[in-house]
Amino acid sequence: MQYLLMLYAAESEAAQRTPDEMQARIAAYGAYTRALDEAGVLVGRDRLQPVASATTVRVADGKTEVLHGPYADTREQLGGYYLIDVADLDVAISWATRCPGASHGSVEVRPVWKM
Amino acid sequence: MPGREPRQRRGEAGLEDVASRAAEAALAAERAARRSYGKLVAFLAARTRDVAGAEDALSEAFAAALSGWPASGVPDNPEAWLLTVARRRMIDAARRRHGDEALAVQLQWLQSLELIGEQQDETPAVPDERLALMFACAHPAIDAGVRAPLMLQVILGFDAATIASAFLVAPSAMGQRLVRAKAKIRASGIPFRVPGATELHERLAVVLDAVYAAYAEGWSDAGGTEARRRNLAEEAIWLGRLAASLLPGEPEALGLLALMLHAQARRGARRGDDGRYVPLAEQDTARWDAAMIDEAEALLHHAASMKRAGRYQLEAAIQSAHADRRRGGGTDWPAIVRLYDGLHALTGSPVVAINRAVALAQVEGEAAALHALDALAGDARLAQYQPYWAARAGLLARLDRHGEAEAAYELAIGLESDPVVREFLQARRASVAGSA
Repeated sequence: MQYLLMLYAAESEAAQRTPDEMQARIAAYGAYTRALDEAGVLVGRDRLQPVASATTVRVADGKTEVLHGPYADTREQLGGYYLIDVADLDVAISWATRCPGASHGSVEVRPVWKM
Repeated sequence: MPGREPRQRRGEAGLEDVASRAAEAALAAERAARRSYGKLVAFLAARTRDVAGAEDALSEAFAAALSGWPASGVPDNPEAWLLTVARRRMIDAARRRHGDEALAVQLQWLQSLELIGEQQDETPAVPDERLALMFACAHPAIDAGVRAPLMLQVILGFDAATIASAFLVAPSAMGQRLVRAKAKIRASGIPFRVPGATELHERLAVVLDAVYAAYAEGWSDAGGTEARRRNLAEEAIWLGRLAASLLPGEPEALGLLALMLHAQARRGARRGDDGRYVPLAEQDTARWDAAMIDEAEALLHHAASMKRAGRYQLEAAIQSAHADRRRGGGTDWPAIVRLYDGLHALTGSPVVAINRAVALAQVEGEAAALHALDALAGDARLAQYQPYWAARAGLLARLDRHGEAEAAYELAIGLESDPVVREFLQARRASVAGSA
């Protein structure tokens, strides 16, 4: 089954990190991505630009609304994702546990609904 | 018309015969249901993760048995028969679904079951995957409040209305929660698997907690006057037996069973002949179920030999110390205080701390016990916890602080929901007021 690991963290805290902390975090994500890749479970992944860059679009009564900002204002923001293909939820949870994002934020695990 | 005569003759053989065959068929179906329901659900759902689908197919199979067996006779192997019919229903249902990626795999697997269902001359080996099903029901990804009801439904076959009444919840709400939980198992890919050694300890605790929650729910009816709740306690013990028999090397599984048996053994003694509530200290030990206590003691002894202590073993050990009173000697209160210390270190539960304080009164006196309770007073949860106020009231009364005791009893009475326990507390308050 495919699972989307959605990484949520407070962007405000990211701004306060020292260059050393930043470096360590990048290294941790690099190692995690390599481990997923070597295990042959990695389908896709990417980091997202901060929510300040978000635009929300909605069409109501044939009228398009383009709104500045994210769909929902939350304390922690979606900052990136991994798409993995594993046997079941337990395996997906064990990968989510190892994700650096789980230690400084939350990782939401969602099964993909295959079309 | 050919065939008409014999049919008439069969009719003449009497309605009684037909009725007894129908009753026999119904009984065989019911027996097979009780014995194999969870096993068949577990087996059919294990691969597909479709619990609701397995339940639907099985209920159709049981309906077919009830209507068909009176005429055809009860098959030699009812379980295999039910499995075959349920499997066919699941294949039909799977074929009707579209766009399911796992469909081909499911169909292939269901068809391979032919071997089990139809070789009735051999001992049918429906593998027992109930333990895996229990772990799926009590998966951390399942809402904690629905784990016990889910187990009762899919392993024991209770309907939502029965479970709802035992848990004092509206049937529609319970039905919805169960449906959602099953959908979650399927959609999120919760595996039907006994976790490996590294996770087993943590995951088993969740399973045992769910079983104990079902027991506690059934136990809360002090008098055992409500059949559906008494049954719930018995079914929880059945689940506990299942877990203990399938995981004989896990001392906590044995500990939980021992704990429930100890509590159950005293069930009858909790009420006097006049229906009034009888606290543990005043119970007539002759009314305890000796066989159940013996079984609990043997389980606990065996669990202790594995040298891996845990919450349920400690709780069972405390009950075991109380049960020693049946031998005519006193109660080893210092040992009980030590066990509560161990339990408190493990759980940090304020409820454990209250019980410890009550036991401490027997060792160091009421003043020390009251001092221990005072230390807990800051916990906001205790303000509305009846046993805290009842324990406080009891200690204050024994210290001749009647006014305070009366006030504490008043609060305990206001927080109690069981009318029989309320009456007991009212009588205590009255005796304190009388001596003031």
